[in-house]
Amino acid sequence: MATDSSATARKPIAEFFDKAGMLVVLAILFIACSLFVENFFSLANMKGLALAVSMTGMVSCTMLFCLAAGDFDLSIGSVVACAGVLAAVVMNKSESIALGVGAALGLGALVGFINGFVVAKLKINALITTLATMQIVRGFGFIISGGTAVGIGIEDFFGLGNSAFLGVPTPVWITAACFAMFGFILNRTVFGRDTLAVGGNSEASHLAGIAVTRVKIAIFTAQGVMAAFAGIVLSSRVTSGQPNTSQGFELEVISACVLGGVSLTGGVGSMAFVIAGVLIMGIVQNAMNLMNVATFYQYVARGLILLAAVLFDRWKRRKS
Amino acid sequence: MEFPGVKALDDVSFDVRAGSIHALMGENGAGKSTLLKILSGAYSPTGGALAINGGKRVFTNTADALAAGVAVIYQELHLVPEMSVAENLFLGHLPQRFGIVNRRALADAARKQLELIGENIDPWMKLGRLSLGQRQMVEIAKALTRGARIIAFDEPTSSLSDREVRRLFKIIRELRERGCAILYVSHRMEEIFELGDRITILRDGKHVETNELANLTRDAVVQRMVGRKLADIYNYTPRACGENGMIVEGLCGPGLSEPCSFNAKSGEIFGFFGLIGAGRSELMKLLFGATEKTAGRVTIGGKPLEIVSPREAIEAGVVLCPEDRKKEGIVPVRSVLENTNLSARRRKARAGVLVDESWEQSNARDRCAQLRVKTPSVRQLIRNLSGGNQQKVILGRWLSETVKVILLDEPTRGIDVGAKSEIYGIMQELAKSGVCVIVVSSELPEVLGVSDRIAVMRQGKIAAILERADANEEKLLKLALPLETQRAS
Ligand SMILES: Nc1ncnc2c1ncn2[C@@H]1O[C@H](COP(=O)(O)OP(=O)(O)OP(=O)(O)O)[C@@H](O)[C@H]1O
Ligand SMILES: [Mg+2]
Repeated sequence: MATDSSATARKPIAEFFDKAGMLVVLAILFIACSLFVENFFSLANMKGLALAVSMTGMVSCTMLFCLAAGDFDLSIGSVVACAGVLAAVVMNKSESIALGVGAALGLGALVGFINGFVVAKLKINALITTLATMQIVRGFGFIISGGTAVGIGIEDFFGLGNSAFLGVPTPVWITAACFAMFGFILNRTVFGRDTLAVGGNSEASHLAGIAVTRVKIAIFTAQGVMAAFAGIVLSSRVTSGQPNTSQGFELEVISACVLGGVSLTGGVGSMAFVIAGVLIMGIVQNAMNLMNVATFYQYVARGLILLAAVLFDRWKRRKS
Repeated sequence: MEFPGVKALDDVSFDVRAGSIHALMGENGAGKSTLLKILSGAYSPTGGALAINGGKRVFTNTADALAAGVAVIYQELHLVPEMSVAENLFLGHLPQRFGIVNRRALADAARKQLELIGENIDPWMKLGRLSLGQRQMVEIAKALTRGARIIAFDEPTSSLSDREVRRLFKIIRELRERGCAILYVSHRMEEIFELGDRITILRDGKHVETNELANLTRDAVVQRMVGRKLADIYNYTPRACGENGMIVEGLCGPGLSEPCSFNAKSGEIFGFFGLIGAGRSELMKLLFGATEKTAGRVTIGGKPLEIVSPREAIEAGVVLCPEDRKKEGIVPVRSVLENTNLSARRRKARAGVLVDESWEQSNARDRCAQLRVKTPSVRQLIRNLSGGNQQKVILGRWLSETVKVILLDEPTRGIDVGAKSEIYGIMQELAKSGVCVIVVSSELPEVLGVSDRIAVMRQGKIAAILERADANEEKLLKLALPLETQRAS
């Protein structure tokens, strides 16, 4: 038996790809669309693109934490809808923006806390737990609204979704702030590091003194609040609470995260890559719209991209 | 064989003969497991070749290797705990007709295979319910179902009880009689000399020597492995002990059959010996708050200790280096740095929230240097480290904390001789600085070598506590054996 090694340094290109991965794909995609898709590279379209990804972007911040901790949350789409409806109803009744926003955020926190409690404390599978709350919360949205859109009577509230600062829509600013904040939390705080450790091996983390249950409950609660906030922004943009909105939103957010290299088994994830994932999804959608691709085909295309991303990731890992 | 930044194997050549047991030794990270992984087709070498019976072979995956009669029994077992023993045995080639598994044929074949190695296990038992030793036996039986002629073992005895080790050795010898070629990796010198015919020693991925074991002494093997002479690896020096250590009175909980009481002084190294399953790890987990006690009192430094979770234990200065490194120790997808600082970071964080990166960097580097962890950088994922080096990182995690009581559950499992003696040195230093060091070990020479006093556990209770001067191998073993077997013999 003999093994000897010819001293070959690893090729710099492969190394670069390893580190940069999806960021490279994003750059290539962006350049390609700018060159070949008409009207893509224009100020108006860039604004539209940013606005279109702002909601996915916001919620993917907390979803990143959820996935990194080894969990899952399917209830966010329902929370977005229900929070929007609740905000609308409370605002109309009380004529107070603060009360409406507060009620919606409270609802999000409550749903998130329940998710977290059931998953972390009662040790029920996150997929099943949030599948249940997803339906419950969707149902509540319909009950509160009576099944139809609830128009909002306070015009001041519309500023949140429809104003702009320095030419950039407010929701985009909010999303950018979320990226920065959650990226900071993930990388620089004990909580962020603990999150990744819990996802990597929760038993070992527990024995290393990490309060695993508390970390998970906090993540789910934050996720609920974030989804509710996205729901509020959405209701402001469309000036009403829509009980039907955002079905399948959870899958869009999870797809973006996975595209951004977040491991579904937990322990691995970075904010920069999630941002890339969100943007890739957004650009593809935007380009297809500009090219007048029918909606039905867009579903197919999005699924294929996700599959390709996962396979690419797997291939890359095999290589190293 | 190369990994990014690591030359794991560098021009290694040797031959293994049919009908002989070939030992493979080397320090942690020397490349032993990597070599076996190449043999099994899990990795492809960057150069060199493999010849079986004179014919060159190239394995691109594990199925190739199995077909060629090569089976590797890994350091970490590769069985499916949720499936039955029988299914595990025939995984990948279940007896079937039109895709439907023939359950009766499966059970019969499984029973036959198990009998062949002298195991009497119900084939429909879930694998997860077997002891580690039994799982190992199943893994061997599985290799034999494929008609393996070359069988490699990677540290097979590290979590087996003494009886299981005897059985394993008997089977390995039988395999030799049948003309199989056996490759055997272990850090336990006694085993190598008891079992082996020939030996190959690796150092830093390079071949040092292949020789008949009869031509070598233990010291010679150690010297070739470590590259220097090792005097007395325990290097025990008597210390003065304080009074206020850990006092345990009437502790009851899962895994203990009777209330446990003992008093480990500060500055003392207090050993726990016992057979596997005697309740030592369970006792450690109770002391650490990982499982809940049902009764009893624990005091540290005169203060009563009420802990219900590891977090509180750590805050009170009690830490546990757990036995099962893969399940309870490492976070495989995170780096050496993250794994080292997993616990200490909480106390070093600015305002308790912001990670102190420069401290974490230097701490990880210091611990790696102190324990001689072999890794290209502290950013390396811990799962890419060799088994023994992973163990060292976990130890490093607890050396990053200032502690009053350190509970070490089999701290040197899978660790090479050189590093062992360093760890014993560290234990003595800790004790000298007033820490109460509690060590669980199944290795008799180790417990006898390091401890000031030794508690022997048997069937969930403390059978006796002996002073160092009164303890010897015979006494400890006698105390550790279950009463029934004591009477029978
Ligand atoms: N997948 C991997 N990626 C990067 N480096 C690796 C990988 N696997 C092993 N190595 C490195 O290769 C070297 C040899 O590792 P190997 O596991 O063969 O050691 P070993 O001799 O079995 O040690 P031990 O006695 O601790 O089990 C180590 O330095 C290790 O860090
Ligand atoms: Mg090894």
